[in-house]
Amino acid sequence: MKRLTPEALRLALPVMALTALLVSVFILRPNAMSYNGLHLLFKLGIPIALATLAQMVIMAVNDLDLSMGAFVSFVACVTATWLVDAPLIGALILLAAVAVYALLGMVIAYRNLPAIVVTLGMSFVWAGLAVLVLETPGGTAPGWVAALMGVKPALMPVGIAGSIIIAVFAHFLIMRSSFGVLIRGVGGNERSVARAGWSVLWARGAAYATAACFAVASGITLVGLMTSADANIALRYTLLSIAGVILGGGEFTGGRVSAIGAVVGALTLLLAGSFLTFLNVPPDWQIGAQGMILIVILALRLLLVRLEKRA
Amino acid sequence: MTFPGDHLAAPLIEITDARVRFGEVRALDGVSLAISAGECIGLVGHNGAGKSTIVNVINGGLTAQEGQISAAGLPVHLWTVGVARATGLRCVFQELSLCPNLTVIENTRLMHRNLGGFGWRGRARAVIAASLDAIFPGHRIAAGDTVGALSIAERQMVEIAMAFSDAGIAPRVVILDEPTSSLDQGLAAQLLAHVRRFVAAGGAVILVSHILGEILSTATRIVVMKDAKIVAEAPAAVFSHASLVTAMGSAAKETARTGAQTTGAEVMALTLPRGKPFVARQGEVIGLAGLGGHGQTDMLLALYDRATPSWLPQRDPVAVFVAGDRRLNGTFDLWSILRNMTAASLPDLSRRGLVDRGAEAARGEDWKARIGIRTPDMNNPILSLSGGNQQKVLFARALSTRAQIVLMDDPMRGVDVGTKREVYDIIRAEAARGRTFVWYSTEMEEMQLCDRVYVFREGVIVAELTGAQISEHAILSASFHSEAA
Repeated sequence: MKRLTPEALRLALPVMALTALLVSVFILRPNAMSYNGLHLLFKLGIPIALATLAQMVIMAVNDLDLSMGAFVSFVACVTATWLVDAPLIGALILLAAVAVYALLGMVIAYRNLPAIVVTLGMSFVWAGLAVLVLETPGGTAPGWVAALMGVKPALMPVGIAGSIIIAVFAHFLIMRSSFGVLIRGVGGNERSVARAGWSVLWARGAAYATAACFAVASGITLVGLMTSADANIALRYTLLSIAGVILGGGEFTGGRVSAIGAVVGALTLLLAGSFLTFLNVPPDWQIGAQGMILIVILALRLLLVRLEKRA
Repeated sequence: MTFPGDHLAAPLIEITDARVRFGEVRALDGVSLAISAGECIGLVGHNGAGKSTIVNVINGGLTAQEGQISAAGLPVHLWTVGVARATGLRCVFQELSLCPNLTVIENTRLMHRNLGGFGWRGRARAVIAASLDAIFPGHRIAAGDTVGALSIAERQMVEIAMAFSDAGIAPRVVILDEPTSSLDQGLAAQLLAHVRRFVAAGGAVILVSHILGEILSTATRIVVMKDAKIVAEAPAAVFSHASLVTAMGSAAKETARTGAQTTGAEVMALTLPRGKPFVARQGEVIGLAGLGGHGQTDMLLALYDRATPSWLPQRDPVAVFVAGDRRLNGTFDLWSILRNMTAASLPDLSRRGLVDRGAEAARGEDWKARIGIRTPDMNNPILSLSGGNQQKVLFARALSTRAQIVLMDDPMRGVDVGTKREVYDIIRAEAARGRTFVWYSTEMEEMQLCDRVYVFREGVIVAELTGAQISEHAILSASFHSEAA
């Protein structure tokens, strides 16, 4: 039998973590083991998975996006207002936001700027714009979005089905296509990509635009689930998305990412929150406890990597 | 192999009178080189001879300030990496240029821009597998493997196979820069056999290697470079190992030297798993010679780590380090000259944890006069100085500490001759006072100033030369491997 590849091993860990958490939740709350129970557990899975994939694309080119949460919030605000009242203008605003992301990526590549600083600055811009668009919490979800998020597939709840579809799509885009190879190549060895005659400038721009598309989808689906928006709706997504990518077997540098892993990582973090609630951990302690779960899983991964090296 | 549109017998690539300068340094001084179909050019020379510069000019990575490039007899005005690749030029670099996070197939896709479209994985697999099978029959590399999981030798094999692979644009000129440095003898022999086959079929190869046996057995023509010029060029049969070493050196320019100081107390010793042990005595100037990247910098870092524990700060510093790559690990770009100079001796200049500004300024003025830093005001930013003066500040930083051992990592890179002379005098004077210098340099002249020289090859000390034994010929002869692979 062929030995497991390092990639498969990396993916095995988040899958095992997700399974372990799911089993624990089922033991704590047996009635979660139903269509409705799973629907509630994974309700927010789609927007979180999409935001994590957006972060993953940025991390694939060795950058980090600290404005992810603010940007998704901004998109949510636009969705709950303009996209309902004047769909065409709303769509144009979102398109312009994607273009801004592409431009940011190119500026970062052209001037060799640290992405962390640029995106940290941009997070305030997006947060400000979100408040300008929607001063107080409110708005409504566009009908088609609410309908899309409200479907009830026969076999599994929409949160799980949607996550699977998104994971497969992202896998083909980032892991299998030529475009994905180019983006991960920039993360792996920017110089040799340039030496082979590619434009790193355009590759980074394209990566940022792709990330923005995932983030826009995240904001829209989030509004579809919450039926309203506010300017702080997704601020947690910045750290959640980074943690999800790392949990799913990705690395901060070197272009090592996994699309399926990122989605599994995002769902694991989502489930960890519910798990702690079921354990009656007070909300004040939950973030810390979530961090502990993350540290334990990452420590396990380090151990696995070490075992792999020794083998 | 004939190509439509080729002028009969016109060289595939020809460089005429190329000149390249990096600031003070002349990297190419009027070099002309023609590469014709069916020949393998062996390119040899010591550090700084201009080998990498000429290679970079040929592959389009560097544009010569003067000179002309023609491809297939026609002059090309804008010679870039893309144009070079389109004419069938391929390059295997000394440092690996694959993406470690991607599979062999995906790397192939990145290297060949025209492989795209549906089903590219199958095409890329076929292209790279064919090339690997042709060059290294019996290799055990699967095209689906991630490059990062391969051994160094396997990565080098993939890189070489990538250069010889044909995905639409056939390789016509392949530049191999130290291709066998991480291959064992069997693999190296397979590669050289393939080079001969490729050349016999009408391709052209430029082979850069420190193993003279490889050059003599594989090249059809040998080009010897020295001091940014081509000093010898002849069919390979004309040369022997000894005549190559002689050609690389300069004609008997031995400097008269005073008796070597090799009697002091031992201050540092390092026994290495392979090769000769390293010993440093008080008051000695020890040179680390050999071709660049053969373990000298690693040696200095190992010595520094040994002398300075990383957990607890020391009261009395044992060793200081003078960096060669100033911008990377030497200067603090945003600080003043004075701050840059005193950065290593702040504990001596402070009282109760606070830096004594007066003492710092006095120390700065003292060293400014002693080492001749040319600036009106030590509070000017460090970048206001010329490269040579910046380097002097780094020397002052090291020498103004109480450390008795000074480790120097090729510190004279890009420094003008006048500054060099001044620094040499300071080094001799400090050595006479009992300081020990361990000095890695790529310049022959500086090795001749040393009391003792260790020559490195492939990460191992292969020779120790003392006093009068130190000569350019002896160092060259130890730096270059003689046996054929």
